[in-house]
Amino acid sequence: MSVLVKDLVKIYGTQHAVDGISFTAAKGQITGFLGPNGAGKSTTMKIATCFIPPSSGSVEVCGYNVETSPIEVRQQIGYLPEHNPLYLDMYVQEYLKFAGGLYGMKGTSLQKRIVEMIELCGLGVEQYKKIGALSKGYRQRVGLAQALIHDPQVLILDEPTTGLDPNQILEIRKVIKSIAKDKTVIFSTHIMQEVQALCDQVIIINKGRIVADKTIAEIRNLNTAVKIIRLEFTEQVEITQFNAFEFVSDARHIQGNVYELIVTTEADTRPLIFKACAEKGWTLIEMKVEEQSLESVFRELTSKI
Amino acid sequence: MWNIFQKEIAVFLNSLIAYLVILVFLTFIGIFMWVLPESSILDYGYAEMDTLFSYGPLAFLLLIPAITMRSFAEEKKDGTIELLLTKPISDWSLLLGKYLSACALVAFALVPTILYYISVYKLGKPVGNIDSAAVGSSYIGLFLLGCVYTSAGIFASSISSNQIVSFIIALLLCYLIYNGFNHLASLDLWEGSAVTLLPFGLDYHYNALSKGVVDSRNVFYFLTVIGIMLLSTQLILSSRKW
Repeated sequence: MSVLVKDLVKIYGTQHAVDGISFTAAKGQITGFLGPNGAGKSTTMKIATCFIPPSSGSVEVCGYNVETSPIEVRQQIGYLPEHNPLYLDMYVQEYLKFAGGLYGMKGTSLQKRIVEMIELCGLGVEQYKKIGALSKGYRQRVGLAQALIHDPQVLILDEPTTGLDPNQILEIRKVIKSIAKDKTVIFSTHIMQEVQALCDQVIIINKGRIVADKTIAEIRNLNTAVKIIRLEFTEQVEITQFNAFEFVSDARHIQGNVYELIVTTEADTRPLIFKACAEKGWTLIEMKVEEQSLESVFRELTSKI
Repeated sequence: MWNIFQKEIAVFLNSLIAYLVILVFLTFIGIFMWVLPESSILDYGYAEMDTLFSYGPLAFLLLIPAITMRSFAEEKKDGTIELLLTKPISDWSLLLGKYLSACALVAFALVPTILYYISVYKLGKPVGNIDSAAVGSSYIGLFLLGCVYTSAGIFASSISSNQIVSFIIALLLCYLIYNGFNHLASLDLWEGSAVTLLPFGLDYHYNALSKGVVDSRNVFYFLTVIGIMLLSTQLILSSRKW
Protein backbone atom coordinates (compact mmCIF):
# COMPACT_ATOMS: atom_id res chain seq x y z
CA MET A 1 0.00 0.00 0.00
CA SER A 2 1.41 3.34 -1.00
CA VAL A 3 -0.35 5.56 1.48
CA LEU A 4 -1.51 4.12 4.74
CA VAL A 5 -3.41 6.30 7.18
CA LYS A 6 -4.19 4.88 10.57
CA ASP A 7 -6.36 6.38 13.33
CA LEU A 8 -5.27 9.84 12.34
CA VAL A 9 -6.27 12.61 14.75
CA LYS A 10 -5.48 16.31 14.52
CA ILE A 11 -6.66 18.66 17.21
CA TYR A 12 -6.51 22.43 16.85
CA GLY A 13 -7.09 23.87 20.29
CA THR A 14 -10.27 22.10 21.28
CA GLN A 15 -11.47 21.44 17.74
CA HIS A 16 -11.04 17.98 16.29
CA ALA A 17 -10.21 18.79 12.68
CA VAL A 18 -9.46 15.16 11.91
CA ASP A 19 -10.99 12.61 14.24
CA GLY A 20 -9.75 9.07 13.80
CA ILE A 21 -9.40 8.58 10.06
CA SER A 22 -8.06 5.32 8.65
CA PHE A 23 -7.76 4.44 4.99
CA THR A 24 -5.35 3.14 2.41
CA ALA A 25 -4.67 4.41 -1.07
CA ALA A 26 -3.27 1.84 -3.46
CA LYS A 27 -0.82 2.23 -6.29
CA GLY A 28 -2.33 2.74 -9.71
CA GLN A 29 -5.54 4.10 -8.27
CA ILE A 30 -7.04 7.52 -8.01
CA THR A 31 -8.53 8.13 -4.61
CA GLY A 32 -11.04 10.92 -4.32
CA PHE A 33 -11.31 12.72 -1.05
CA LEU A 34 -14.77 14.15 -0.84
CA GLY A 35 -16.27 16.29 1.84
CA PRO A 36 -17.87 19.63 2.60
CA ASN A 37 -15.66 22.61 3.44
CA GLY A 38 -13.98 22.21 6.80
CA ALA A 39 -14.39 18.44 6.82
CA GLY A 40 -10.67 17.85 7.38
CA LYS A 41 -9.56 17.07 3.82
CA SER A 42 -6.79 19.64 3.68
CA THR A 43 -5.61 18.89 7.19
CA THR A 44 -5.23 15.21 6.33
CA MET A 45 -3.25 16.12 3.24
CA LYS A 46 -1.04 18.53 5.15
CA ILE A 47 -0.22 15.79 7.60
CA ALA A 48 0.54 13.31 4.82
CA THR A 49 2.96 15.80 3.23
CA CYS A 50 4.71 16.46 6.58
CA PHE A 51 3.69 20.10 6.71
CA ILE A 52 2.06 19.63 10.09
CA PRO A 53 2.37 16.65 12.42
CA PRO A 54 -0.57 14.52 13.58
CA SER A 55 -1.85 14.81 17.15
CA SER A 56 -2.03 11.04 17.21
CA GLY A 57 -2.22 8.16 14.80
CA SER A 58 0.14 7.64 11.90
CA VAL A 59 0.58 8.13 8.18
CA GLU A 60 2.94 5.98 6.14
CA VAL A 61 3.93 6.87 2.61
CA CYS A 62 5.72 4.12 0.65
CA GLY A 63 6.72 2.56 3.95
CA TYR A 64 8.11 5.77 5.48
CA ASN A 65 6.47 7.28 8.53
CA VAL A 66 5.73 11.01 8.34
CA GLU A 67 7.00 11.67 11.83
CA THR A 68 10.17 9.61 11.88
CA SER A 69 11.40 10.07 8.30
CA PRO A 70 9.81 13.24 6.93
CA ILE A 71 12.53 13.96 4.35
CA GLU A 72 12.06 10.53 2.70
CA VAL A 73 8.29 10.97 2.71
CA ARG A 74 8.55 14.35 1.05
CA GLN A 75 10.86 12.91 -1.58
CA GLN A 76 8.13 10.41 -2.55
CA ILE A 77 5.33 12.95 -2.72
CA GLY A 78 4.33 15.50 -5.30
CA TYR A 79 2.04 18.02 -3.64
CA LEU A 80 -0.22 20.70 -5.00
CA PRO A 81 -1.48 22.68 -2.00
CA GLU A 82 -4.90 24.28 -1.84
CA HIS A 83 -4.99 27.69 -3.58
CA ASN A 84 -1.82 26.67 -5.46
CA PRO A 85 0.78 29.06 -4.02
CA LEU A 86 3.39 30.13 -6.58
CA TYR A 87 6.21 32.63 -6.91
CA LEU A 88 4.59 35.12 -9.22
CA ASP A 89 7.88 36.87 -10.01
CA MET A 90 9.48 33.72 -11.37
CA TYR A 91 9.43 32.52 -14.94
CA VAL A 92 7.75 29.19 -15.61
CA GLN A 93 10.96 27.38 -16.50
CA GLU A 94 12.90 29.05 -13.72
CA TYR A 95 10.29 27.92 -11.21
CA LEU A 96 10.27 24.34 -12.43
CA LYS A 97 14.05 24.32 -12.27
CA PHE A 98 13.93 25.59 -8.71
CA ALA A 99 11.34 22.98 -7.72
CA GLY A 100 13.35 20.20 -9.36
CA GLY A 101 16.49 21.43 -7.63
CA LEU A 102 14.80 21.10 -4.25
CA TYR A 103 14.22 17.43 -5.05
CA GLY A 104 17.93 17.06 -5.75
CA MET A 105 17.61 16.98 -9.54
CA LYS A 106 20.11 18.81 -11.67
CA GLY A 107 21.82 19.21 -15.00
CA THR A 108 20.53 17.77 -18.25
CA SER A 109 18.18 15.24 -16.63
CA LEU A 110 16.37 18.11 -14.92
CA GLN A 111 16.30 20.12 -18.12
CA LYS A 112 14.86 17.14 -19.98
CA ARG A 113 12.27 16.60 -17.31
CA ILE A 114 11.21 20.27 -17.44
CA VAL A 115 10.62 19.97 -21.17
CA GLU A 116 8.56 16.81 -20.58
CA MET A 117 6.48 18.48 -17.89
CA ILE A 118 5.80 21.52 -20.03
CA GLU A 119 4.62 19.15 -22.75
CA LEU A 120 2.53 16.99 -20.40
CA CYS A 121 0.82 19.90 -18.67
CA GLY A 122 0.21 21.79 -21.91
CA LEU A 123 2.33 24.78 -20.93
CA GLY A 124 4.03 25.08 -24.31
CA VAL A 125 2.73 28.46 -25.38
CA GLU A 126 3.15 30.04 -21.96
CA GLN A 127 6.52 28.59 -20.98
CA TYR A 128 8.52 31.81 -21.42
CA LYS A 129 6.18 33.98 -19.37
CA LYS A 130 6.32 35.03 -15.77
CA ILE A 131 3.97 33.02 -13.59
CA GLY A 132 2.28 36.26 -12.50
CA ALA A 133 1.25 36.88 -16.12
CA LEU A 134 -0.54 33.54 -16.47
CA SER A 135 -4.26 32.92 -16.18
CA LYS A 136 -5.58 30.81 -13.36
CA GLY A 137 -5.83 27.67 -15.50
CA TYR A 138 -2.22 27.93 -16.59
CA ARG A 139 -1.07 28.64 -13.06
CA GLN A 140 -2.79 25.46 -12.01
CA ARG A 141 -0.86 23.60 -14.68
CA VAL A 142 2.38 25.09 -13.39
CA GLY A 143 1.42 23.87 -9.92
CA LEU A 144 0.77 20.42 -11.32
CA ALA A 145 4.02 20.41 -13.31
CA GLN A 146 5.87 21.40 -10.15
CA ALA A 147 4.26 18.53 -8.23
CA LEU A 148 5.21 16.03 -10.95
CA ILE A 149 8.71 17.25 -11.71
CA HIS A 150 10.51 14.51 -9.77
CA ASP A 151 8.23 11.72 -11.00
CA PRO A 152 6.84 11.05 -7.50
CA GLN A 153 5.30 7.78 -6.35
CA VAL A 154 2.47 9.58 -4.65
CA LEU A 155 0.63 12.62 -5.91
CA ILE A 156 -1.45 14.65 -3.49
CA LEU A 157 -3.64 17.33 -5.00
CA ASP A 158 -5.73 19.59 -2.81
CA GLU A 159 -8.72 20.82 -4.79
CA PRO A 160 -6.82 20.98 -8.09
CA THR A 161 -9.79 22.18 -10.13
CA THR A 162 -11.39 24.89 -8.01
CA GLY A 163 -11.87 28.18 -9.77
CA LEU A 164 -11.25 26.82 -13.25
CA ASP A 165 -13.62 27.04 -16.20
CA PRO A 166 -15.21 23.81 -17.49
CA ASN A 167 -12.69 23.36 -20.32
CA GLN A 168 -9.75 23.85 -18.01
CA ILE A 169 -11.25 21.38 -15.55
CA LEU A 170 -11.47 18.77 -18.29
CA GLU A 171 -7.86 19.33 -19.30
CA ILE A 172 -6.54 19.11 -15.76
CA ARG A 173 -8.54 15.91 -15.28
CA LYS A 174 -7.03 14.52 -18.44
CA VAL A 175 -3.53 15.17 -17.14
CA ILE A 176 -4.33 13.57 -13.79
CA LYS A 177 -5.83 10.54 -15.49
CA SER A 178 -2.88 10.12 -17.84
CA ILE A 179 -0.28 10.06 -15.08
CA ALA A 180 -2.24 7.96 -12.62
CA LYS A 181 -1.39 4.56 -14.10
CA ASP A 182 1.68 3.79 -12.06
CA LYS A 183 1.20 6.27 -9.24
CA THR A 184 -0.93 6.73 -6.19
CA VAL A 185 -3.09 9.78 -6.63
CA ILE A 186 -5.09 11.32 -3.81
CA PHE A 187 -7.09 14.38 -4.59
CA SER A 188 -9.69 16.31 -2.72
CA THR A 189 -12.69 18.04 -4.15
CA HIS A 190 -16.22 18.98 -3.35
CA ILE A 191 -17.42 18.49 -6.89
CA MET A 192 -19.23 15.16 -7.18
CA GLN A 193 -19.03 14.76 -10.93
CA GLU A 194 -15.30 15.00 -10.66
CA VAL A 195 -15.19 12.00 -8.41
CA GLN A 196 -17.44 10.07 -10.76
CA ALA A 197 -15.28 11.05 -13.72
CA LEU A 198 -11.89 10.33 -12.20
CA CYS A 199 -11.78 8.11 -9.19
CA ASP A 200 -11.42 4.44 -8.51
CA GLN A 201 -11.97 4.85 -4.82
CA VAL A 202 -14.06 7.42 -2.99
CA ILE A 203 -13.61 8.47 0.59
CA ILE A 204 -16.31 10.74 1.88
CA ILE A 205 -15.45 12.55 5.07
CA ASN A 206 -17.47 14.84 7.24
CA LYS A 207 -16.49 16.67 10.41
CA GLY A 208 -13.20 14.81 10.60
CA ARG A 209 -14.67 11.33 10.25
CA ILE A 210 -14.97 8.95 7.34
CA VAL A 211 -18.61 8.37 6.46
CA ALA A 212 -18.02 6.25 3.38
CA ASP A 213 -15.01 4.48 1.89
CA LYS A 214 -16.12 2.71 -1.27
CA THR A 215 -15.09 1.95 -4.80
CA ILE A 216 -16.80 3.98 -7.46
CA ALA A 217 -18.78 0.88 -8.53
CA GLU A 218 -20.15 0.41 -5.03
CA ILE A 219 -21.24 4.02 -4.96
CA ARG A 220 -23.03 3.54 -8.27
CA ASN A 221 -24.86 0.49 -6.91
CA LEU A 222 -25.81 2.48 -3.90
CA ASN A 223 -27.41 4.89 -6.31
CA THR A 224 -29.37 2.49 -8.46
CA ALA A 225 -30.93 0.62 -5.55
CA VAL A 226 -32.86 3.69 -4.51
CA LYS A 227 -34.89 5.64 -7.04
CA ILE A 228 -37.27 8.49 -6.78
CA ILE A 229 -40.18 8.47 -9.20
CA ARG A 230 -42.01 11.70 -9.67
CA LEU A 231 -45.64 11.52 -10.76
CA GLU A 232 -48.01 14.22 -11.88
CA PHE A 233 -51.77 13.78 -12.24
CA THR A 234 -54.56 15.98 -13.46
CA GLU A 235 -56.19 15.90 -10.05
CA GLN A 236 -55.47 15.17 -6.38
CA VAL A 237 -55.16 11.44 -5.65
CA GLU A 238 -54.82 9.11 -2.68
CA ILE A 239 -51.13 8.44 -3.21
CA THR A 240 -50.80 6.45 0.02
CA GLN A 241 -52.54 3.56 -1.76
CA PHE A 242 -49.15 2.91 -3.42
CA ASN A 243 -47.76 1.83 -0.08
CA ALA A 244 -49.45 -1.47 -0.79
CA PHE A 245 -46.71 -2.23 -3.29
CA GLU A 246 -43.75 -4.07 -1.89
CA PHE A 247 -41.13 -2.03 -3.75
CA VAL A 248 -42.46 1.33 -2.63
CA SER A 249 -40.86 2.39 0.60
CA ASP A 250 -42.52 5.75 0.78
CA ALA A 251 -45.20 7.66 -1.11
CA ARG A 252 -45.62 11.35 -0.50
CA HIS A 253 -47.33 14.45 -1.72
CA ILE A 254 -44.98 17.17 -2.98
CA GLN A 255 -47.19 20.03 -4.10
CA GLY A 256 -50.35 20.55 -6.17
CA ASN A 257 -50.88 17.37 -8.15
CA VAL A 258 -47.27 16.22 -7.95
CA TYR A 259 -46.29 13.16 -5.93
CA GLU A 260 -43.14 11.19 -5.24
CA LEU A 261 -42.56 7.49 -4.78
CA ILE A 262 -39.37 6.19 -3.21
CA VAL A 263 -38.66 2.90 -4.93
CA THR A 264 -36.17 0.42 -3.58
CA THR A 265 -35.48 -2.02 -6.38
CA GLU A 266 -33.20 -2.09 -9.34
CA ALA A 267 -35.94 -3.34 -11.66
CA ASP A 268 -37.89 -0.89 -13.78
CA THR A 269 -41.20 -0.42 -11.98
CA ARG A 270 -42.68 2.20 -14.27
CA PRO A 271 -45.06 -0.16 -16.20
CA LEU A 272 -46.49 -1.45 -12.91
CA ILE A 273 -47.05 2.04 -11.64
CA PHE A 274 -48.69 3.10 -14.89
CA LYS A 275 -51.07 0.13 -14.84
CA ALA A 276 -51.95 0.72 -11.20
CA CYS A 277 -52.83 4.32 -11.98
CA ALA A 278 -54.96 3.28 -14.94
CA GLU A 279 -56.84 0.74 -12.81
CA LYS A 280 -57.61 3.37 -10.21
CA GLY A 281 -58.79 5.73 -12.95
CA TRP A 282 -56.15 8.39 -12.20
CA THR A 283 -55.03 10.43 -15.18
CA LEU A 284 -51.24 10.27 -15.19
CA ILE A 285 -49.71 13.06 -17.24
CA GLU A 286 -46.04 12.79 -16.25
CA MET A 287 -43.75 10.16 -14.82
CA LYS A 288 -40.07 10.75 -14.31
CA VAL A 289 -37.34 8.68 -12.67
CA GLU A 290 -34.94 10.88 -10.83
CA GLU A 291 -31.48 9.36 -10.94
CA GLN A 292 -30.10 9.46 -7.48
CA SER A 293 -26.67 10.89 -8.13
CA LEU A 294 -23.55 10.73 -6.08
CA GLU A 295 -24.54 14.21 -5.10
CA SER A 296 -27.56 13.00 -3.18
CA VAL A 297 -25.57 10.18 -1.63
CA PHE A 298 -23.09 12.79 -0.51
CA ARG A 299 -25.81 15.04 0.84
CA GLU A 300 -27.38 12.21 2.70
CA LEU A 301 -24.12 10.99 4.21
CA THR A 302 -22.80 14.37 5.22
CA SER A 303 -25.97 15.81 6.70
CA LYS A 304 -26.62 12.91 9.05
CA ILE A 305 -24.20 13.80 11.81
CA MET B 1 20.36 25.06 0.90
CA TRP B 2 22.23 26.02 -2.25
CA ASN B 3 18.97 26.05 -4.23
CA ILE B 4 17.32 28.35 -1.75
CA PHE B 5 20.40 30.57 -1.74
CA GLN B 6 20.34 30.88 -5.52
CA LYS B 7 16.62 31.55 -5.60
CA GLU B 8 16.88 34.28 -2.97
CA ILE B 9 19.76 35.95 -4.80
CA ALA B 10 17.70 35.81 -8.01
CA VAL B 11 14.80 37.45 -6.18
CA PHE B 12 17.08 40.23 -4.93
CA LEU B 13 18.45 40.84 -8.39
CA ASN B 14 15.09 40.65 -10.17
CA SER B 15 13.16 42.84 -7.80
CA LEU B 16 15.44 45.89 -7.60
CA ILE B 17 15.88 45.32 -3.86
CA ALA B 18 19.58 44.57 -4.26
CA TYR B 19 20.32 47.56 -6.50
CA LEU B 20 18.32 49.89 -4.32
CA VAL B 21 19.98 48.75 -1.11
CA ILE B 22 23.49 48.99 -2.55
CA LEU B 23 22.77 52.33 -4.18
CA VAL B 24 21.29 53.87 -1.05
CA PHE B 25 24.09 52.52 1.11
CA LEU B 26 26.86 53.81 -1.16
CA THR B 27 25.20 57.19 -1.65
CA PHE B 28 24.64 57.63 2.06
CA ILE B 29 28.18 56.65 3.02
CA GLY B 30 29.65 58.51 0.03
CA ILE B 31 27.97 61.77 0.98
CA PHE B 32 29.19 61.53 4.55
CA MET B 33 32.70 60.57 3.55
CA TRP B 34 33.33 63.02 0.74
CA VAL B 35 30.77 65.82 0.72
CA LEU B 36 29.41 66.91 4.09
CA PRO B 37 31.98 69.18 5.75
CA GLU B 38 31.49 67.78 9.26
CA SER B 39 32.54 64.28 8.36
CA SER B 40 34.29 64.61 5.01
CA ILE B 41 37.79 63.20 4.77
CA LEU B 42 38.83 66.08 2.55
CA ASP B 43 37.90 68.68 5.17
CA TYR B 44 38.99 66.63 8.12
CA GLY B 45 42.43 66.08 6.71
CA TYR B 46 43.26 62.70 8.26
CA ALA B 47 43.72 59.59 6.11
CA GLU B 48 41.14 57.50 7.96
CA MET B 49 38.07 55.47 7.12
CA ASP B 50 36.31 56.17 10.41
CA THR B 51 33.36 57.80 8.69
CA LEU B 52 32.46 54.58 6.90
CA PHE B 53 32.76 52.55 10.06
CA SER B 54 30.82 54.91 12.31
CA TYR B 55 27.97 55.63 9.89
CA GLY B 56 27.93 52.09 8.43
CA PRO B 57 26.07 50.58 11.42
CA LEU B 58 23.44 53.32 11.14
CA ALA B 59 22.95 52.78 7.42
CA PHE B 60 22.72 49.02 7.96
CA LEU B 61 20.21 49.60 10.74
CA LEU B 62 17.73 50.83 8.14
CA LEU B 63 18.76 48.84 5.11
CA ILE B 64 19.18 45.34 6.49
CA PRO B 65 15.67 45.11 7.98
CA ALA B 66 14.48 46.24 4.54
CA ILE B 67 16.38 43.36 2.92
CA THR B 68 15.24 40.71 5.36
CA MET B 69 11.66 41.79 6.03
CA ARG B 70 10.23 39.81 3.13
CA SER B 71 12.32 36.71 3.75
CA PHE B 72 9.77 34.58 5.60
CA ALA B 73 6.91 37.06 5.90
CA GLU B 74 6.23 37.03 2.17
CA GLU B 75 6.42 33.25 1.94
CA LYS B 76 3.90 32.99 4.75
CA LYS B 77 1.57 35.54 3.26
CA ASP B 78 1.62 33.94 -0.21
CA GLY B 79 1.41 30.42 1.17
CA THR B 80 4.59 29.42 -0.62
CA ILE B 81 6.07 28.44 2.72
CA GLU B 82 3.87 25.34 2.42
CA LEU B 83 5.57 24.49 -0.86
CA LEU B 84 9.03 24.86 0.61
CA LEU B 85 8.31 22.96 3.81
CA THR B 86 6.82 20.00 1.93
CA LYS B 87 9.94 19.63 -0.22
CA PRO B 88 12.64 17.22 0.90
CA ILE B 89 14.81 19.86 2.55
CA SER B 90 15.33 20.43 6.25
CA ASP B 91 14.24 23.57 8.08
CA TRP B 92 17.89 24.44 8.57
CA SER B 93 18.83 24.37 4.92
CA LEU B 94 15.86 26.62 4.15
CA LEU B 95 16.85 28.96 6.97
CA LEU B 96 20.56 29.03 6.14
CA GLY B 97 19.88 29.46 2.43
CA LYS B 98 17.84 32.54 3.17
CA TYR B 99 20.24 33.83 5.80
CA LEU B 100 23.40 33.43 3.75
CA SER B 101 21.85 35.03 0.68
CA ALA B 102 21.04 38.15 2.71
CA CYS B 103 24.57 38.14 4.15
CA ALA B 104 25.93 37.90 0.61
CA LEU B 105 23.95 40.99 -0.31
CA VAL B 106 25.46 42.83 2.67
CA ALA B 107 28.90 41.80 1.43
CA PHE B 108 28.06 43.06 -2.08
CA ALA B 109 27.15 46.43 -0.58
CA LEU B 110 30.50 46.61 1.20
CA VAL B 111 32.72 45.60 -1.70
CA PRO B 112 32.46 48.90 -3.66
CA THR B 113 33.58 50.86 -0.58
CA ILE B 114 37.03 49.40 -1.19
CA LEU B 115 37.20 52.19 -3.78
CA TYR B 116 36.98 54.65 -0.90
CA TYR B 117 39.87 52.88 0.78
CA ILE B 118 41.94 53.07 -2.39
CA SER B 119 41.12 56.77 -2.71
CA VAL B 120 42.15 57.50 0.86
CA TYR B 121 45.26 55.39 0.36
CA LYS B 122 46.25 57.45 -2.67
CA LEU B 123 45.39 60.76 -1.00
CA GLY B 124 47.58 60.02 1.98
CA LYS B 125 50.73 62.02 2.36
CA PRO B 126 52.99 60.19 1.73
CA VAL B 127 50.87 57.85 -0.39
CA GLY B 128 49.72 54.82 1.58
CA ASN B 129 49.86 56.55 4.93
CA ILE B 130 46.82 54.76 6.34
CA ASP B 131 46.42 52.18 9.08
CA SER B 132 45.49 49.31 6.81
CA ALA B 133 45.28 46.79 9.64
CA ALA B 134 42.66 48.90 11.41
CA VAL B 135 40.72 49.28 8.19
CA GLY B 136 40.86 45.53 7.55
CA SER B 137 39.65 44.57 11.01
CA SER B 138 36.97 47.27 10.84
CA TYR B 139 35.72 45.76 7.62
CA ILE B 140 35.51 42.39 9.32
CA GLY B 141 33.67 44.07 12.19
CA LEU B 142 31.23 45.86 9.92
CA PHE B 143 30.52 42.72 7.93
CA LEU B 144 29.95 40.71 11.11
CA LEU B 145 27.70 43.47 12.41
CA GLY B 146 25.76 43.23 9.15
CA CYS B 147 25.47 39.48 9.65
CA VAL B 148 24.12 40.00 13.17
CA TYR B 149 21.54 42.49 11.89
CA THR B 150 20.62 40.02 9.14
CA SER B 151 20.05 37.20 11.63
CA ALA B 152 17.86 39.51 13.72
CA GLY B 153 16.00 40.58 10.58
CA ILE B 154 15.40 36.99 9.48
CA PHE B 155 14.10 36.21 12.94
CA ALA B 156 11.75 39.22 12.85
CA SER B 157 10.53 38.11 9.45
CA SER B 158 9.73 34.63 10.72
CA ILE B 159 7.43 35.80 13.50
CA SER B 160 5.00 37.74 11.33
CA SER B 161 3.38 37.42 7.95
CA ASN B 162 3.28 41.20 7.61
CA GLN B 163 6.39 42.73 6.12
CA ILE B 164 5.95 46.11 7.79
CA VAL B 165 5.62 44.50 11.20
CA SER B 166 8.75 42.48 10.41
CA PHE B 167 10.62 45.60 9.39
CA ILE B 168 9.75 47.50 12.56
CA ILE B 169 10.54 44.57 14.84
CA ALA B 170 13.85 44.05 13.05
CA LEU B 171 14.71 47.72 13.37
CA LEU B 172 13.97 47.70 17.06
CA LEU B 173 15.82 44.45 17.65
CA CYS B 174 18.91 45.59 15.73
CA TYR B 175 19.04 48.86 17.60
CA LEU B 176 18.65 47.11 20.94
CA ILE B 177 21.46 44.70 20.14
CA TYR B 178 23.66 47.49 18.85
CA ASN B 179 23.10 50.17 21.42
CA GLY B 180 20.52 48.93 23.93
CA PHE B 181 23.04 47.88 26.57
CA ASN B 182 24.77 51.24 26.40
CA HIS B 183 21.47 52.93 27.17
CA LEU B 184 20.72 50.43 29.90
CA ALA B 185 24.12 51.01 31.47
CA SER B 186 23.54 54.75 31.47
CA LEU B 187 20.55 54.34 33.78
CA ASP B 188 21.19 55.33 37.37
CA LEU B 189 20.48 51.90 38.83
CA TRP B 190 23.65 49.87 38.80
CA GLU B 191 25.82 51.49 41.50
CA GLY B 192 29.09 51.16 39.70
CA SER B 193 28.47 47.80 38.07
CA ALA B 194 27.14 49.41 34.91
CA VAL B 195 30.43 48.72 33.17
CA THR B 196 29.78 44.97 33.33
CA LEU B 197 26.70 45.48 31.15
CA LEU B 198 28.58 46.99 28.24
CA PRO B 199 30.15 43.75 26.89
CA PHE B 200 26.63 42.45 26.23
CA GLY B 201 26.14 45.14 23.61
CA LEU B 202 27.27 44.85 20.04
CA ASP B 203 28.74 48.34 20.01
CA TYR B 204 31.39 47.32 22.55
CA HIS B 205 32.70 44.46 20.40
CA TYR B 206 32.39 46.40 17.18
CA ASN B 207 34.56 49.18 18.57
CA ALA B 208 37.06 46.65 19.84
CA LEU B 209 37.42 45.20 16.36
CA SER B 210 37.96 48.62 14.79
CA LYS B 211 41.24 48.99 16.67
CA GLY B 212 43.06 46.72 14.26
CA VAL B 213 43.18 43.50 16.25
CA VAL B 214 40.78 40.67 15.50
CA ASP B 215 40.23 39.23 18.95
CA SER B 216 38.57 35.82 19.02
CA ARG B 217 36.42 36.92 21.96
CA ASN B 218 34.82 39.66 19.87
CA VAL B 219 34.28 37.36 16.93
CA PHE B 220 32.85 34.77 19.30
CA TYR B 221 30.37 37.36 20.56
CA PHE B 222 29.13 38.07 17.03
CA LEU B 223 28.80 34.39 16.19
CA THR B 224 26.93 33.76 19.45
CA VAL B 225 24.33 36.43 18.72
CA ILE B 226 23.91 35.10 15.17
CA GLY B 227 23.54 31.59 16.57
CA ILE B 228 20.89 32.65 19.09
CA MET B 229 18.90 34.50 16.41
CA LEU B 230 19.00 31.63 13.94
CA LEU B 231 18.09 29.09 16.61
CA SER B 232 15.11 31.24 17.60
CA THR B 233 14.08 31.43 13.96
CA GLN B 234 14.30 27.67 13.62
CA LEU B 235 12.17 27.37 16.73
CA ILE B 236 9.54 29.66 15.20
CA LEU B 237 9.62 27.69 11.96
CA SER B 238 9.08 24.41 13.74
CA SER B 239 6.37 25.92 15.92
CA ARG B 240 3.87 24.89 13.24
CA LYS B 241 4.38 21.44 14.68
CA TRP B 242 3.05 22.31 18.13
